[in-house]
Amino acid sequence: MIAVLFAISVITFAIFNVIPNGDPAFRLAGHSATPATIATIRHEWGFDKPVYVQYEKTMEKIFNGTLISYSTQTNVDTEIRHDIWPTISLAVGAALLWMFFAICLGMYSALKAGKISDRFLTALALVGISMPVFWVGALLSYYLGFKAGIFPNGGYTSLTSNPVQWAWHLILPWTALSILFIGVYSRLVRSSILDTINEDFVRTARSKGLGQRQVLLKHVLRNSLIPVISLWGLDFGAIIGGGAIVTESVFNLGGVGQYAANSIQSLDVPPVMALTIFIAFFVVLFNTIVDIMYAWLDPRIRLS
Amino acid sequence: MSSTTPLLSVKDLAVSFATEDGIVRAVDEVSYTLAPREILAIVGESGSGKSVTVMTLMGLTRGVNARFGGSAVFGSTDLLTASEEELQRIRGNDIAMIFQDPMTSLDPVYKIGDQIIEQIRAHEHVSKAVARDRTIGLLDEVGIPRARERVDSYPHELSGGMRQRVMIAMALSCNPSILIADEPTTALDVTIQAQILERIKQLRDSTDTAVIIVTHDLGVVADIADRIVVMYAGRIVEQGTVDEIFYDPQHPYTWGLLGSITRLDRERPRRLPSIPGSPPSLLDPPKGCHFRPRCPHEFDRCQEVPPLEAHVGEAPGHLDRCWLSTEEKRSRREVGDGQIGLARPQETPA
Repeated sequence: MIAVLFAISVITFAIFNVIPNGDPAFRLAGHSATPATIATIRHEWGFDKPVYVQYEKTMEKIFNGTLISYSTQTNVDTEIRHDIWPTISLAVGAALLWMFFAICLGMYSALKAGKISDRFLTALALVGISMPVFWVGALLSYYLGFKAGIFPNGGYTSLTSNPVQWAWHLILPWTALSILFIGVYSRLVRSSILDTINEDFVRTARSKGLGQRQVLLKHVLRNSLIPVISLWGLDFGAIIGGGAIVTESVFNLGGVGQYAANSIQSLDVPPVMALTIFIAFFVVLFNTIVDIMYAWLDPRIRLS
Repeated sequence: MSSTTPLLSVKDLAVSFATEDGIVRAVDEVSYTLAPREILAIVGESGSGKSVTVMTLMGLTRGVNARFGGSAVFGSTDLLTASEEELQRIRGNDIAMIFQDPMTSLDPVYKIGDQIIEQIRAHEHVSKAVARDRTIGLLDEVGIPRARERVDSYPHELSGGMRQRVMIAMALSCNPSILIADEPTTALDVTIQAQILERIKQLRDSTDTAVIIVTHDLGVVADIADRIVVMYAGRIVEQGTVDEIFYDPQHPYTWGLLGSITRLDRERPRRLPSIPGSPPSLLDPPKGCHFRPRCPHEFDRCQEVPPLEAHVGEAPGHLDRCWLSTEEKRSRREVGDGQIGLARPQETPA
């Protein structure tokens, strides 16, 4: 895990050093700076040092929380701590929402496999997968937010200050982000259920005299969700780490993803570095969590 | 045994499946009865419809593509027309089933004990603790050592033979009156096979459960079955007691089956004898007797379907589906297949 994070940070740092981004000292110094000021800044910030020293300095600052953004000169650590909440809210809500609908639709589709309703849902899933988030997000926010005025037009209210407003602000982002995932996951659930339903142990369950519902929920669903859950964990980790850049930006949630988008736009190396490490950390973390969940869901993995 | 009222009586059972290529008549005109405490073996090769016959009793072949005919009366219920709720009460409770592959027949994510408890609690209102105690007793009964610990094992922690014992324990958990075993030993090695069969026989003796055992291996059933039903291409070609089938087989197909058993009491042939050809497609079965294309004794009458009737005067329960006369059969099977017809055991003077 450490090795993965190290490699990612080095690569990112290297990329931002070769991008023709101009001298960060110029930007820090402001519009009407004298060459002397720039030189001072360059020296103070360590831009005159070799690249590996700069890398080391940056990494050190990331971990002791003193990293300062070049362009806004705010503390990156504080910024991320602030922005993580909208992102978590978005990720948790959307993940629950898409998983719930994916299971319902996927199961229904599997039970009606080959019938009209299954084909309709297949087509619908394809539409969902094909619609880009920025487009859906923009439509939702324009029609339901701006025109109809039912939902707030972007922004974020914290859960602790006003839970109702919190949910109210998040409904559209949740929906926009979920649509794609519902499409993908409902197909996954469907095919996984169809694989499982013909297993011998399902026949055993039926021959035991269990009801249809018990067979489906206890034996079919649990077994067919094992592969789906692992993917779910990874996607969730990616979103927590700021993977929902587009959704966050469209709805102006001010989350980690949006912070990353803004930083990249202004070629602001410190936050980009910090966020990269942050994202990678969550992806790796959820990878581990998924492995643990896997063992919990499937006893066959526990021993080996 | 024919004097007692049958536990199960299957009459003219027909099962067909609509497939993309046409209608497959998997089972046709199958009739048999099962007496209490009887062990009935249904024998046939792959695709003969033997598994479909028994799975249909449990309603496990029901589906949009399946069509059924005839009747299968258990108690006062016709299993073919019973509602799904009625079947649910019967499955596992009155009629229980063991399947061919113990490696895949248990749910991998639940402990074996919980899977048995689940069945007990599906049919009886007992507490978890009571069901658990009973489960431990059952596991012990089917010969699983350290049942008290094993009850919390997952299927993957047990060997194939142990898993099949778990399946048997599960099948017996609600004291069924009929135990259906669909190729229960096919996936197991020979020593375990013998143990499992012995266990099934003991259980019949100790619990009065009637057993239907489905197999492709006549050798398997020679020891434990009371009566044998031989199926070929969806139809019963011969049925009778074990002695009748082994010592006086009437149908040329049965001769072939008996001829392909490896025998320890005879000199080993250079090649294991087999029946030439392969079973017909059930999409488009041959007209008349289904065995006709492979039968060396075929004659013009075989174009008509022979009825399943008693032909052997002294054995009214010995039925077969062949147009040859009993005398012809007896003389031909000795000539053509040599190996057929085991020597009857000598009466030993008391």
